Amino acid sequence: MRIETLDHASRSDRLHARWMGLVAVLTLLVPVLLVGELLADGLPALTTDFLLSAPADAGRSGGIGSVLVSTLWVLAVCLGVVLPLGLGCALFLVEHVRAGSRLERGLQLALDILGGVPSIVFGLFGNRFFAVELGLGFSILSGGLTLACMVLPLFIRAAEQSLRQCPVGYRQAAAALALSRWGFVRRILLPTAAPGIALGVVLASGRALAETAVLLFTAGYVTRWPESWFNSGRTLAVHIYDLAMNVSGGGTNAAATALVLLVLAIGIQVLAAIVGRISKGASQ
Amino acid sequence: MILSPVNTSFRSPAADRALFRALAFSAGAVAAILALILLYLTLASASLLFVDAGLWQLRWQPSAGAYGLVAMLVGSVAVSLLALLIAVPPGLVLAVWGRFFAPPWVGGLYRGAMGLLASIPSVVYGFWGLVVLVPLLNRWAPPGASLLAAALVLALMILPILVLQADLALDEARRRHLAAAMALGASVSGTVRRVLLPTAAPQLVPAVLLQLGRALGETMAVLMVAGNVVQLPDAITAPIRTLTANIALEMAYASGEHQTALFASGWLLFVLVTLIMLGARAVARRAGEGRVDAH
Repeated sequence: MRIETLDHASRSDRLHARWMGLVAVLTLLVPVLLVGELLADGLPALTTDFLLSAPADAGRSGGIGSVLVSTLWVLAVCLGVVLPLGLGCALFLVEHVRAGSRLERGLQLALDILGGVPSIVFGLFGNRFFAVELGLGFSILSGGLTLACMVLPLFIRAAEQSLRQCPVGYRQAAAALALSRWGFVRRILLPTAAPGIALGVVLASGRALAETAVLLFTAGYVTRWPESWFNSGRTLAVHIYDLAMNVSGGGTNAAATALVLLVLAIGIQVLAAIVGRISKGASQ
Repeated sequence: MILSPVNTSFRSPAADRALFRALAFSAGAVAAILALILLYLTLASASLLFVDAGLWQLRWQPSAGAYGLVAMLVGSVAVSLLALLIAVPPGLVLAVWGRFFAPPWVGGLYRGAMGLLASIPSVVYGFWGLVVLVPLLNRWAPPGASLLAAALVLALMILPILVLQADLALDEARRRHLAAAMALGASVSGTVRRVLLPTAAPQLVPAVLLQLGRALGETMAVLMVAGNVVQLPDAITAPIRTLTANIALEMAYASGEHQTALFASGWLLFVLVTLIMLGARAVARRAGEGRVDAH
């Protein structure tokens, strides 16, 4: 190998590093502009009063207090269903289904398909099944249940992954002590996998919080303070969409709401990173 | 006997049987959700889907009883493909840069930033497109809300996950081949182009396909910037309406046959996205088998 070919190689590498770095900086500039625009438009309107009062005049004035409450209700219903059902399904996959069997492949395929279904299709299904067929109407309950169907695959994948990381030795020890499977699951498996399951919960909430299309015809648009989960209530994401598209002069409040949603979404992502680090540490 | 979770033996008292029943029930419920979605969508759209040829025409005029989905199907596909065309090249460049050319801590930081961007709700991207991008395009080619605007916003939305997945694929290829290539005195850029990208291709293709499915199914971002005129786009700056946007716009007041047509477009979306997903799975599986053979 002659020296000058090596020299040539490193020179071309430096050239490539430079233009690629430029592309990277330019690409990152776009989201920075996005956040900057939201800050410039929305920050002046963002006060404690804005966070606590209900929207008035179709959202042009007033705040997002009732919208925040509805969002939390929808999220609570969604997680209340996803957690037991998803954990059950993940445990079934890990504890009772033989790897590579037809049942395992079938369930994995169902989860893959369910995970890929467009959110608007979940919205159609939720509207027909929960709102019309089960008679729940446009309500927080039908919105939360439909949302649960959508985030289930995501949560099951996360939970399954962390359950599978439980060392085989723990199982052998539990079997040697003649522990029942129920005892093993409750006392050993779930505590060991808890950080990974928590990660799944965080990821699922993030996905649910960001969702709009599912909720348009299941949870509805109503801006009043929700009194029970049979009331219709709009979430933050739906509020942004409605203000931006259907209400002229709603831009400022839409930007302020978007800012709140952005802070929540990024906060959840950071939380996920922290929990992910903890669960990685726990499994080692 | 190989020890796996399934055949590690436990005593089996009544509690275990109850546990098994509860777990089997939840797994069954998850499978049932998928079956119910398929059932209800098909039932709700059957009268137009299988009987009438009315869905396969250009005209969408619910008031006149014309329910053609072709223009919106073309719109959906055009927007998604254009978004991929815009997002894939920079996505690859960014993944390569972050892994091979940037200092490791900068690369790590960059991947963290991509993770944050991936968590931004699509309605926020749509809002930004509506407030900033559309007026900007309007100055150049009115009306601004167009196929191009929608594709740009979609591209921005799918870019972060594309970068992260390409990064994973490249990292694996690097661990297998980079040392050998560097020992031959090849440049990093040459190695990436001739060795690592071809090696990672079987994993990159499913990643791109999954993003195609995501782009086809995206509603909010597209709805807010595409202009929502039902027509075949004659230029890249023409406003269009996608299948997803059409459902979101008209579901609120649709009834009767009109509603059936909307459910039919949902059915069409479901089938399309599922087929793409199955394709991605098949490619990924073939790649997995190829790797086993190579060892």
